[in-house]
Amino acid sequence: MVDVPFDTVAGIPPAEVGEVDLYHPKSWWTRYVFSQDAKVIAIQYSITAMSIGMVALVLSWLMRLQLGFPGTFSFIDPNQYLQFITMHGMIMVIYLLTALFLGGFGNYLIPLMVGARDMVFPYVNMLSYWVYLLAVVVLVSTFFVPGGPPGAGWTLYPPQAILSGTPGQDWGIILMLASLILFIIGFTMGGLNYVVTVLQARTRGMTLMRLPLTVWGIFTATVMALLAFPALLVASVMLLLDRLLGTSFFMPTLVEMGQLTKYGGGSPILFQHLFWFFGHPEVYIVALPAFGIISDLISVHARKNIFGYRMMVWAIVAIGALSFVVWAHHMYVSGMHPYFGFFFATTTLIIAIPTAIKVYTWVLTLWRGDIHLTIPMLFALAFIVTFVNGGLTGLFLGNVVVDVPLSDTMFVVAHFHMVMGIAPIMAVFGGIYHWYPKITGRMLNEVLGRFHFWVSFLGAYAIFFPMHYLGLLGMPRRYHDIGETAFVPASAHDLNAFMSVAALIVGFAQLVFLFNLVWSLFKGKEAGGNPWGAASLEWQTPETPPGHGNWGKELPIVYRWAYDYSVPGAAGDFVPQNEPPAGLLAQGAGP
Amino acid sequence: MAETALTNTIEPPARPGGWRGIAADWSSDQRAFKNVSWGKAMMWIFLLSDTFIFSCFLLSYMTARMSTTVPWPNPSEVFALTIGDKRIPLILIAIMTFILISSSGTMAMAVNFGYRRDRVKTAALMLATAAFGATFVGMQAFEWTKLILEGVRPWDNPWGAAQFGASFFMITGFHGTHVTIGVIFLIAIARKVLRGDFDVERRGFFTSRKGHYEIVEITGLYWHFVDLVWVFIFALFYLW
Repeated sequence: MVDVPFDTVAGIPPAEVGEVDLYHPKSWWTRYVFSQDAKVIAIQYSITAMSIGMVALVLSWLMRLQLGFPGTFSFIDPNQYLQFITMHGMIMVIYLLTALFLGGFGNYLIPLMVGARDMVFPYVNMLSYWVYLLAVVVLVSTFFVPGGPPGAGWTLYPPQAILSGTPGQDWGIILMLASLILFIIGFTMGGLNYVVTVLQARTRGMTLMRLPLTVWGIFTATVMALLAFPALLVASVMLLLDRLLGTSFFMPTLVEMGQLTKYGGGSPILFQHLFWFFGHPEVYIVALPAFGIISDLISVHARKNIFGYRMMVWAIVAIGALSFVVWAHHMYVSGMHPYFGFFFATTTLIIAIPTAIKVYTWVLTLWRGDIHLTIPMLFALAFIVTFVNGGLTGLFLGNVVVDVPLSDTMFVVAHFHMVMGIAPIMAVFGGIYHWYPKITGRMLNEVLGRFHFWVSFLGAYAIFFPMHYLGLLGMPRRYHDIGETAFVPASAHDLNAFMSVAALIVGFAQLVFLFNLVWSLFKGKEAGGNPWGAASLEWQTPETPPGHGNWGKELPIVYRWAYDYSVPGAAGDFVPQNEPPAGLLAQGAGP
Repeated sequence: MAETALTNTIEPPARPGGWRGIAADWSSDQRAFKNVSWGKAMMWIFLLSDTFIFSCFLLSYMTARMSTTVPWPNPSEVFALTIGDKRIPLILIAIMTFILISSSGTMAMAVNFGYRRDRVKTAALMLATAAFGATFVGMQAFEWTKLILEGVRPWDNPWGAAQFGASFFMITGFHGTHVTIGVIFLIAIARKVLRGDFDVERRGFFTSRKGHYEIVEITGLYWHFVDLVWVFIFALFYLW
C-alpha cells in the first residue's frame, strides 16, 4: 500500500474507486432516446409518469361527475364506474407516484446529490425505464380490449376480481396483472441501481450522515420497495394462474350464477395478506421520498439548517422498518383473529411516534427561520398541513373499534387521499418547482405557479374535507349511485355536487401547471446555477443543466453536511457542501 | 490475494476490525462496504429481494397446505420411482439434489481458478456447472412429464388437494426458471473467459464496460443462491 498517494485534505480520505467508465453517446438516439444518462432517464420516467397520471386525473373527473350528479351522465354505467375507480387508484399509486418519486426524482437527484457521475449501472438503468414504459403500454391497452379494464378496485381482491360479472374479467385483469409483473421487473432493475449508488458510489467526504434527507428518503423507500414488491409479484403470479389455469390459490368453493365453479379450497385472505404486505410499505414508499424532499425544501427556503438531522434520518429508517409489521390494519374486517387486530393496531399506532418526530422537526426548522414564501415553500407548508390532517384520521382508522364502522366508507377515501394522495403530490409539485431550474436552466413562471398552488391546495381541502363528514354519515365508497337512503340526508347530495365542481377546477389547474412546464422551458426567466442559494451538492455543478458525467473534470469533495444556512461568521448566508473550510484555503490545499 | 486486482479499486487505509470496523465503514465516505465492487453489491441486494420472492411463494404454499380440508398427497409416494421391482421414495429428487449441490462445488472451484486467471480450467468448470444445471432441469422436466402422465394438473390431481399440483408446478417451475437463466449466464460467461475477454478487458457488447474476472464470482453468488433455495424447497415441499 506504499504506492497509494495519501492525498487527504482536511481529514478527507483519498479516493477509493478509480474514475468510472462512462458510456458516451454517439448519436441522437443514444443521447436522447436510448440514453444511459440517469438525468435523461429521469426525465423520461417523469414524462411517462405524468402522462399516465393525466389519464388517472381524467378518470377521477368522470367518477366525480357521476358521484356529484348521479343520473345526469348516462354514458357512465355502473361497470364503467368500477373500472374508473380501479384504474384511477392503480395508476396514481404505482404508475404515477412510485415511478415519479423513485424513477424520476431518484434518477435525477441521487447521482447529483451524492456526487457521482451517474448511476452505477447505466445500461440496467436504461432497461428499467423501457420495461416501465412497456408496463404502462400494457396497462393502457386494457382500455381497448374486449370487456375493458378490470373493475375490482385497485386492491384486486379475489375471488371477485376474476369471477364473471366483474367488469374486465376477460382481458382486463390478465393484462393488469401482466403489467404489474412488468412494472416490478423494471423497478427492480432501477431500484438496485439507486441502492448501490447511494451505498457504494458517493464522492470523497460524502458520508451517509452528510447525505441530504431527500437521498435518505428515496434510498430507504427503494430498499423497502425491493423487499415489498416481491409480495405483490407473488400475489400477481398466483392470481394470474388462478385466472388462466384454473388453480385455486385464492379461490374458495363458490357458486356463481347458480352453478358451482371449478374452484375450491383456496384462501382469499392469503391474497389480502400478500397484497397488503406490499400495500402498506407502498404507502411509505411514496411518503418517505416526500418526507425527504420536504425537509430539504423547508431548510433551503427558510434559510435555516434542518432541526435534528440525525433524528430525521433515524425516523425515516424507523418508519421504513415499522411499515413492514403493520399491514393487517387494512384487514380488520376480513375476519382474521381478533388478537391479530390487537397486535397490528399497536404497531400502527407506534408508527405515529417517528412520524410525529418528523412533523415536529419540520416545524422547529421553520421556527425563527427566514421564511421565504416561494412556491416550493408554499407546497412544503401545504404538505405539512395535509399530511398532519391525513395522519390524524389515520389514528382513528388504526384502532380496530373505530375502523370497523368506518371501513369502506368515504372516510377511508378521504383519509388515504389526504395522507398519500394530496400530501405526496404536494411534495412532487414542490420538488418540481424547486429543481426545475437545475433541470432546464430556467425558472417556472411565478404567477402561474402561485395560481396553481392556491387552487390545488384550497381545492384539495374543498374536495376531501367534506368527504370525511360524508364518511361519518356512513356513505359507502365504490358505490355508483347512492340513491335514496334513510341515513344520508338530501344535503349530502349537495355536498357531493360541490366536491365534484371543486375536483373539476383542481383538475384544470393541473393543466395550467403542465402548460407552465412547457412554456417556461422556452420563455422562463434564466435561472443561473443556484437560484435558491442552496447548499447541497446538486446546485454546485459546473454547468446548468448538468452535463454528461455531471461534474466536469474533477469530482467534488464534500466537507460538510447539506444544511449550512445562516452560519454565524460565514461570508454568505449559506455554505456549499463542497466549499473547503476557511483554514484549508489559507494553506492553499483546497481544490 | 495481492495478484487479484479485479476492479479499478484502490486499497483503502487499514481500518479497525470487528464491530468497530463495521461502524467505521458505515460512517465513512464513498463506500459503506469497503472492497465490495458495485457488481457484487448489486447481486447481493438482488438476492435479498429474490429471497423475499421465494419466501412468499413458500409461505403461500405452506398456508395452502395447512389450511386445506382435503388430504395432501404424500410426497414420498408421489415422488417414488420403481427401479427393478423396488419402489424407492424420493429417489429422483435425491439424485437431483445431489447434482445441484455438486454443481455448487464445481462453481466454487471455477471462482478459485478465475482468480488465478486460469482461463481453460475456469471455463471448463463453469461449463461443468452449466451441464449439472442442465441435467437438473432435464430431470425436472422428466419429473413434470411423469406427474402429468399420472394425471396431475395445476387444477387437479388424483390423490387429494388440488393445491398440490398448483404449488408444485408453480414453485418448481419458478426455481427451474432460475436454474435455466443461471445455465445461460454460465455458458455466456464461460465463453467470455475462454476467449480471454477478461484478460484484455474487452468491453461488453451492451454495456460497453470493461469486463473483469469478478463476474465469475458474481455468477457464482447467483448460482449458490439458487442451490440454497432448492434446499428449502426440498425440505419444505418434498420432505414435509
